Amino acid sequence: MKVLTGNDLKTGLVVWWNGQEWSRHVDDAVDAGDEANVILAREESARRVNAAYAIDATREADGSIRPAHIKDRVRALGPTVRPDLTMKPAEPEALNWVI
Amino acid sequence: MADVLGTSPDEVQFRFRDDEVVDHGTVTVDSFLDQSNATAVRIEPGDDARALLPHLERIALVEVNFPSFMDGRGYSVARILREAGYQGELRAVGDVLIDQLLPMRRCGFDAFAPDQKLDEADAQAAFDRFPHAYQSASDARQPIWNLRHD
Amino acid sequence: MYLYDSYDQAMVDARVAEFRDQARRRLEGKLTEDQFKPLRLQNGLYLQLHAYMLRVAVPYGTLNSAQMHMLADIADKYDRGYGHFTTRQNIQYNWIKLEEAGDLLADLASVEMHAIQTSGNCIRNISSDHFAGAAADELVDPRPYAELLRQWSSFHPEFLHLPRKFKIAVIASDTDRAAMRLHDIGIQIVKNDAGEVGCAFYVGGGMGRTPMVAPLIKDFVPLDQLITYSEACLRVYNRYGRRDNKYKARIKILVHELGKDEYARQVEEEFAHLQSQGIEPPLAELARIATFFADPAFESGLSTELDRSNPDFALWADRNTHPHKQAGYISAVISLKPVGGIPGDASAEQMHTIADLAKEYSFDEMRVMHTQNIVLPHVKIADLHTLWAKLEAAGLGTPNLDTIEDIIACPGLDYCSLANARSIPVAQKIATRFAEKGRTAELGELKLKISGCINACGHHHAGHIGILGVDKKGTENYQLLLGGSEAQDTSLAKITGPGFDEDGIVDAVEKATDVYLAQRQQGERFLDTYRRIGMDPFKEALYG
Ligand code: HEM
Ligand code: SF4
Repeated sequence: MKVLTGNDLKTGLVVWWNGQEWSRHVDDAVDAGDEANVILAREESARRVNAAYAIDATREADGSIRPAHIKDRVRALGPTVRPDLTMKPAEPEALNWVI
Repeated sequence: MADVLGTSPDEVQFRFRDDEVVDHGTVTVDSFLDQSNATAVRIEPGDDARALLPHLERIALVEVNFPSFMDGRGYSVARILREAGYQGELRAVGDVLIDQLLPMRRCGFDAFAPDQKLDEADAQAAFDRFPHAYQSASDARQPIWNLRHD
Repeated sequence: MYLYDSYDQAMVDARVAEFRDQARRRLEGKLTEDQFKPLRLQNGLYLQLHAYMLRVAVPYGTLNSAQMHMLADIADKYDRGYGHFTTRQNIQYNWIKLEEAGDLLADLASVEMHAIQTSGNCIRNISSDHFAGAAADELVDPRPYAELLRQWSSFHPEFLHLPRKFKIAVIASDTDRAAMRLHDIGIQIVKNDAGEVGCAFYVGGGMGRTPMVAPLIKDFVPLDQLITYSEACLRVYNRYGRRDNKYKARIKILVHELGKDEYARQVEEEFAHLQSQGIEPPLAELARIATFFADPAFESGLSTELDRSNPDFALWADRNTHPHKQAGYISAVISLKPVGGIPGDASAEQMHTIADLAKEYSFDEMRVMHTQNIVLPHVKIADLHTLWAKLEAAGLGTPNLDTIEDIIACPGLDYCSLANARSIPVAQKIATRFAEKGRTAELGELKLKISGCINACGHHHAGHIGILGVDKKGTENYQLLLGGSEAQDTSLAKITGPGFDEDGIVDAVEKATDVYLAQRQQGERFLDTYRRIGMDPFKEALYG
């Protein structure tokens, strides 16, 4: 699937397109399919997102979303060397998902 | 950009001179050097401004084109001309944006014809932003290091 | 250290107002991201993997305690309680919000600090020797010259849109502690045969994807022509540096393509012209600046005895100090490389502690080292034990300066959007491996440097051992390099061969050190042995 990601213009935080708006959680991401470029252009020009782009990802059996490239998995979770600052501070094993 | 109405691409939006605006078209550096009667010339980023130095007497207008505001060669062009004593109009044209106005002014530009009209209030704030300058350039400002040792 | 007068303060305050206005225009849609990006970069604001990142300038690495306290407060107020000290002697914050960046810059300005020109295609923060003003071997203090260059280059109207970034370093001793020849311009303050002080100019060094060591362009520029000559160097670059390919845009490529003699000739021509333009500051300005760098009130007749009865203290004192020009004093280095920690990171609490100790024991002064550690430059030898005990208590007493644990690592894929691979975990694993095996001391001086991509922010080209992260079909992979140096014997490291995975690279480093231990002769460092025996024995051990 194609999912859309970028950074919030005001805060810079990583966000994912959930079909209606931008969410902080990768698992909320939806398949943007053929709409990707239209959505990206519209959302950028409305300044709801910055530096947005489309990536390949897969939906896992448990419904979670796994970006194809390690860089986007790092973005989805947070810095692997600071588990306390990631999206899942209480789940150190989440780091294995990145690598 | 916010306001693109009411201006043609090379309309001069800001001018810091009292003399008459030169309104005849500019020619390229190459054709200027071929034509003994041209008085207005347009410099592209790759041109060597020093080729004009023997002819400064007859030039009334130099346009320096900035196809992209990221290409900073035009700043050196301006200073080279001013340092050689050029007194005519020095006009920045092309991708000229608010935040480049003051550095351009300091390098000797005294007219600005942006591709897209700039917000007047934002531009005025940019021209007036810095009370002083650290270094000498091609404007009348005394650098801070001279002010300190007056 | 240098203190702002009303002119300096007015310039920095105006810059804060300018940035607030630029951010407003971006948020209102009057600036596109393409237009805004170069503006925010010239204020040190990047967009990185997780958020905006802000790089704050620490001119020539010098800080006082009020500034360090402010850096700590900023970490708490605008970031997540920590900062990262970098190889450019600066500090970076990783979680900054665009909408708060203006307030942050205003807080910085209140302690005479800023983020001006810490990124972008302009003249960057001027770096220098971290022991400047304290080192026993310096000719003069290089910082007044660095400060003069800082002022000249700040908002320089002609050089804000250069072909590429431009980094200047100034040193004043034959021992190079600032990687001077790996800068776009490296200046060494020297004395000529007549005994006059002037500047030797090395131009066209750099790292990145095509590392080059800067050649000497002019061996003596008198002090009253320093700015004019610098301006000539920059003008030739601004006009002729390549703009068609950003990977060939650094001045090193121009100097290389023209040849150093032709580049020098063109600079000379421009210099001759500029000398008639009256752009040089009055020498009185250099004298004014120099007064700020006068020695602090050193006491004389102090004891030079060190009580070595505590072996832990003796080890730290041997490893983490540097001789001082004033008898009875010493420069002490606070390692930001605890074994298993993140190289260069410091928490707000640690920054407060370091600031307090600097105030108490080092005439209120600190330096950021390009090796991502902090120096207290002027410590009484008699106070050293007390200082160490306090550092130990704060977890800042790691005795590993210039050892294999003192790794330079860039942020890598944990933070950086350009990265191929993570750097920090590799640094952590290597330091831990050698610390656990107790091999660190035996290996002596060994400079290991890691970059997460070819941009070389971690100076891997200049490591005795270098590690470069590459992308191998979507997985992290690491190349090993040997034989680099950024000291006065500058050399560029060479790749050993095929890369390794994360655990493989840790093993590979250990194998390389085994070769050294087996082959070293009396007094040789790793680098010396490598230079004597060459690459083959190492290849044999790694791939044989
Ligand atoms: C995290 C965001 C960073 C980004 C996006 C970044 C980007 C870059 C790029 C693109 C280059 C190559 C420049 C060229 O060759 O033209 C470079 C070089 C460099 N960077 Fe960074 N960097 C970052 C962080 C750092 C950090 C944290 C440090 C210090 C630890 C650093 C220090 C350097 C140095 C020393 C160089 C080599 C300079 C040279 O080529 O002469 N950078 N950086
Ligand atoms: S070397 Fe590469 S990965 Fe490391 S900080 Fe620089 S750009 Fe990022």
